[in-house]
Amino acid sequence: MTAGGTIGATEPGADLAAVDLACRRGERLVFAGLSFRLAAGGALVLRGANGSGKTSLLRLLAGLIAPAAGRLTWGETPIDDDLAGHRARLHYVGHQDGVKPGLTPRETLVFWAALRGCGIRCRASMLDAALAAFALEPVADWPCRWLSAGQRRRLALARLSVMPAPLWLLDEPFTALDHDNQDRLERAIAGHRAAGGRVVLATHLPIEIGTAVGIELDAFAPRHSTAAGV
Amino acid sequence: MVAFIGLFRRDLRLALRHGSDTGIVLGFFVLAIVLFPLGVGPEPAILQRIGAGVVWVAALLAALLSLDRLFQTDHQDGGLEILALSSLPLELAVLAKCAAHWVATGLPLALTSPFLALLFDLDSGAIAVLTLSLLLGTPALSLIGSVAAALTLGARRQGALLSLIVLPLYIPPLVFGAGAVEANAAGAGGRAHLLILAALSLAALPLCPWASAAALRQALE
Repeated sequence: MTAGGTIGATEPGADLAAVDLACRRGERLVFAGLSFRLAAGGALVLRGANGSGKTSLLRLLAGLIAPAAGRLTWGETPIDDDLAGHRARLHYVGHQDGVKPGLTPRETLVFWAALRGCGIRCRASMLDAALAAFALEPVADWPCRWLSAGQRRRLALARLSVMPAPLWLLDEPFTALDHDNQDRLERAIAGHRAAGGRVVLATHLPIEIGTAVGIELDAFAPRHSTAAGV
Repeated sequence: MVAFIGLFRRDLRLALRHGSDTGIVLGFFVLAIVLFPLGVGPEPAILQRIGAGVVWVAALLAALLSLDRLFQTDHQDGGLEILALSSLPLELAVLAKCAAHWVATGLPLALTSPFLALLFDLDSGAIAVLTLSLLLGTPALSLIGSVAAALTLGARRQGALLSLIVLPLYIPPLVFGAGAVEANAAGAGGRAHLLILAALSLAALPLCPWASAAALRQALE
């Protein structure tokens, strides 16, 4: 597993930390008072009922939405101060795969690598490794409209391997994956963490992620769902 | 730069593979224009008089047809989040998408216009000015359209709302585009009109991606 590389290890002191985080979606306060610290090699598993804010927390960590209260820091720097830098060090794999039916998996990965500033020269070997990591070689040159839901999911996950990034944010990554591929993903996550990477993932499945810290988001739900003044 | 070119190439490749997008725009453009001589009747003087205006109005409506697709698929399949988290600033991502949109729609419209102008018995000078005006003006159509497409993202009747927002904004390119041919016919030369048209496109170049990116960020919230 090549993903993760040594990027995480080069920033030993830079922990992802949240202090008293609150999230509001529309009128509703989803969770409040959430604090955690994620060190290099660490993993955070988010659990909770539907609507407890797992996806919102991941989007918040990705910098896609702003917290209603609290602070989110990478090392000593609040992530708002350097959003571009924060985006460069994370991969976010959401519910939706972002896969275009008209492109092949290989073209899709080339495009995703390009979005990360990876030109033609650095592509070939990384691409093959990324396709191999999720056993996508047999379908690499099919149009994605022929792929099954699980294959699309694997393609979305291959984005993690095509360009290394120290922080992985995964929203229900095991959905639609068969048993072998769940193992592949677990190995990818273990390899990423062994190289000093950090993982935050939301899941409903009873998956064992070694030495992961669990966060039960239901515990942070505010009493009054429309609490004002936060 | 790699990311900009990568996004431009991907959008262009998608447009070429789903040929229907460009095909529908071009087909609509041709049919709408062909209907006018049939409806107005074979009176050369009238046709020459209305030719440039008809071609320009048809170009606006044809461009409008393709706009709702500009961000919609990315919004629905999660691609927009990947774009927002990429190394490319969202403003430049919009610019790359507009550039691909123009190559896939605006450019073919401009290049087919000389043949359609023949239906209106326009002389070669007028045809040259008309084609040039479309080449200079269609980038503005893609750019202005991107703002409306981003603003209406996720709206329930996106297509209808989009046309209400974007058509008033298309009035300046229409006035100066059709005006260029008219000024040329009146002997004044279309130069001033064409320069203003180019200025519109140049002004839209930094302003529209900026506004579209702001609207897209709103849609991502």
